[in-house]
Amino acid sequence: MAVISYIEAVTMALREEMERDQQVFVLGEDVGKKGGVFKATEGLYAQFGEDRVLDTPLAESAIAGVAIGAAMVGKRPVAEMQFADFIMPAVNQIISEAARIRYRSNNDWHCPIVIRAPYGGGIHGALYHSQSVEAIFANQPGLKIVMPSTPYDVKGLLKAAIRDEDPVLFFEHKKAYRSIKGEVPDDDYVLPIGKADVKRKGEDITVITYGLCVHFALQASEKLAQEGINAEIVDLRTVYPLDKETIIESASKTGKVLLVTEDNKEGSVMSEVAAIIAEHCLFDLDAPVQRLAGPDVPAMPYALPMEKYFMMSPEKVENAMRDLAEF
Amino acid sequence: MEHKHKQAGLTDEAVVGMYETMLLTRRLDERMWLLNRSGKIPFVVSGQGQEAAQIGAAFALNREQDYILPYYRDFGVVLAFGMTVKDLMLAAFAKAEDPNSGGRQMPGHFGQKKNRIVTGSSPVTTQVPHAVGIALAAKMDQKPIVSLVTFGEGSSNQGDFHEGANFAGVHKLPVLFMCENNQYAISVPYDKQVASPRVSDRAAGYGMPGYTIDGNDPIAVYQCVKEAADRARRGEGPSLIETLTYRLTPHTSDDDDRSYRAAEEVSGAKEQDPLISFRSYVKEAGLLTDEREEELEKEIAAMINEATEYAEQAPYASPESALHFVYAESEQGAGE
Repeated sequence: MAVISYIEAVTMALREEMERDQQVFVLGEDVGKKGGVFKATEGLYAQFGEDRVLDTPLAESAIAGVAIGAAMVGKRPVAEMQFADFIMPAVNQIISEAARIRYRSNNDWHCPIVIRAPYGGGIHGALYHSQSVEAIFANQPGLKIVMPSTPYDVKGLLKAAIRDEDPVLFFEHKKAYRSIKGEVPDDDYVLPIGKADVKRKGEDITVITYGLCVHFALQASEKLAQEGINAEIVDLRTVYPLDKETIIESASKTGKVLLVTEDNKEGSVMSEVAAIIAEHCLFDLDAPVQRLAGPDVPAMPYALPMEKYFMMSPEKVENAMRDLAEF
Repeated sequence: MEHKHKQAGLTDEAVVGMYETMLLTRRLDERMWLLNRSGKIPFVVSGQGQEAAQIGAAFALNREQDYILPYYRDFGVVLAFGMTVKDLMLAAFAKAEDPNSGGRQMPGHFGQKKNRIVTGSSPVTTQVPHAVGIALAAKMDQKPIVSLVTFGEGSSNQGDFHEGANFAGVHKLPVLFMCENNQYAISVPYDKQVASPRVSDRAAGYGMPGYTIDGNDPIAVYQCVKEAADRARRGEGPSLIETLTYRLTPHTSDDDDRSYRAAEEVSGAKEQDPLISFRSYVKEAGLLTDEREEELEKEIAAMINEATEYAEQAPYASPESALHFVYAESEQGAGE
């Protein structure tokens, strides 16, 4: 089994799906000849041609809206937003249109699109190249939001997203693109959307997180294991709709839960996870549910000390885990 | 002298069909207002005065394969594309059998896949990029399909109009942008909406031809849309067509237009009513007798009566059915 990077898994999934299904095509800014600003679509233009790897005008609402139109008549578009921060002009198309097309037409029409976007910080991207935007979309029934942490999950979940009958937002952590590598099978496999994955079994505390922070929690848990603290790490993988069953099961088992997100704390996906635990697990809890998140400022600043202050890190996660274990 | 419709390539039969559809559209629209004012249906959004533009355009398309993305005044477009009076009445009464949305959306939010009428929403102009996407799919598959998207002149200010038109222009896609310029965006008149003298002036920025035509003349609209559709099918790209019309009713059943436009202006426009001028045309062409007209009015009234009665009696969807079709469901319709 080959070891490849997170972004190579994106490219592999796109290539395999385009080979498998003639209806799949890619569109976005700079995705064609250049292969994308991060190179996620590298090689696809040469292999599939400009009709199926479409360089669009610089206009995000049209990228989403054109993809929606094509999807309604049988295509399987995969649209790329160059940065998650730039998805804002397309929010009307995503929320008013994609999320509601099946519901408002009483199941007559549907809209199987995927919108991929790199999110997250730690790459000197400042306010507009670092944001986590999932919470904006995470109260919109009709949408699914997938945020994988490993190359293996990227491939299986991106393939599942492309084959899904409903719109999927697929957010890729841009710092993970080249820093995270892992084993990925060459064969065709899909992973279930809507299912969390327990990345590490443990009994003492539960850490629930997603994306790059999964790796921070895994690193921290190895250190803490040497101190006799055995942590369970739950990777949400899909942040909307949430896998309530896995959340409740793990929270009830350990009774101590730390929720970690790189997003701003208030109103984040983790606020909903906390509410699920409060509703279902109160009498199994041995400590208040803890949230470790970015501060409630608009986004992370450019200067390195301020960026580090905002950004999640293995140390921050480790300290929060230890504090909770000792509660 | 040869009649105008023959020069435009329309058969006598087609012209009669256009007139019948225009009359049906108007009578249905009028009935909706009566039902609203008598408290039977909560809401009407009306297309009176715009029927010639709507039906001229719809008849110029291939109604067996082309796609339409109508806006909320387009009773005429959807009737010409196969939606029935009963379907529209079911939507007005918000009943389960309504093919547009099963009673989920307000009336005027059309959609019916089997007739290639693409589902629409309330934020205006979002349908424009969808029409471009459908045209893109047609081009990729090398199918001779065009999409027609309609919208008001106010909507031509939205980013989605400009983004969609530019995309279509760059990729030379088979899409027709038709503005039904009825002079008002609710209460705001054209000169406070659009900086250029004509909406069609905007076409130049997107590398496509722009036309401004008399929206009260269904044959002129037919001809312009037909030529644009032919060009699109030949791979020559999109067109922007502005049809000049007038909204004869208030914006909706919840609007009172007396606060923003003069009664004389409206009554002046009623003298240009396209239904009246087109009736004269078909009569002068010898295609409609007084007897046939009387009969036609009776047939239409009977059809509308029957549809009204049916829709009024039809059941609502069950309250809990509101939980369905958020996502794809299994055959049993239980969850995902």
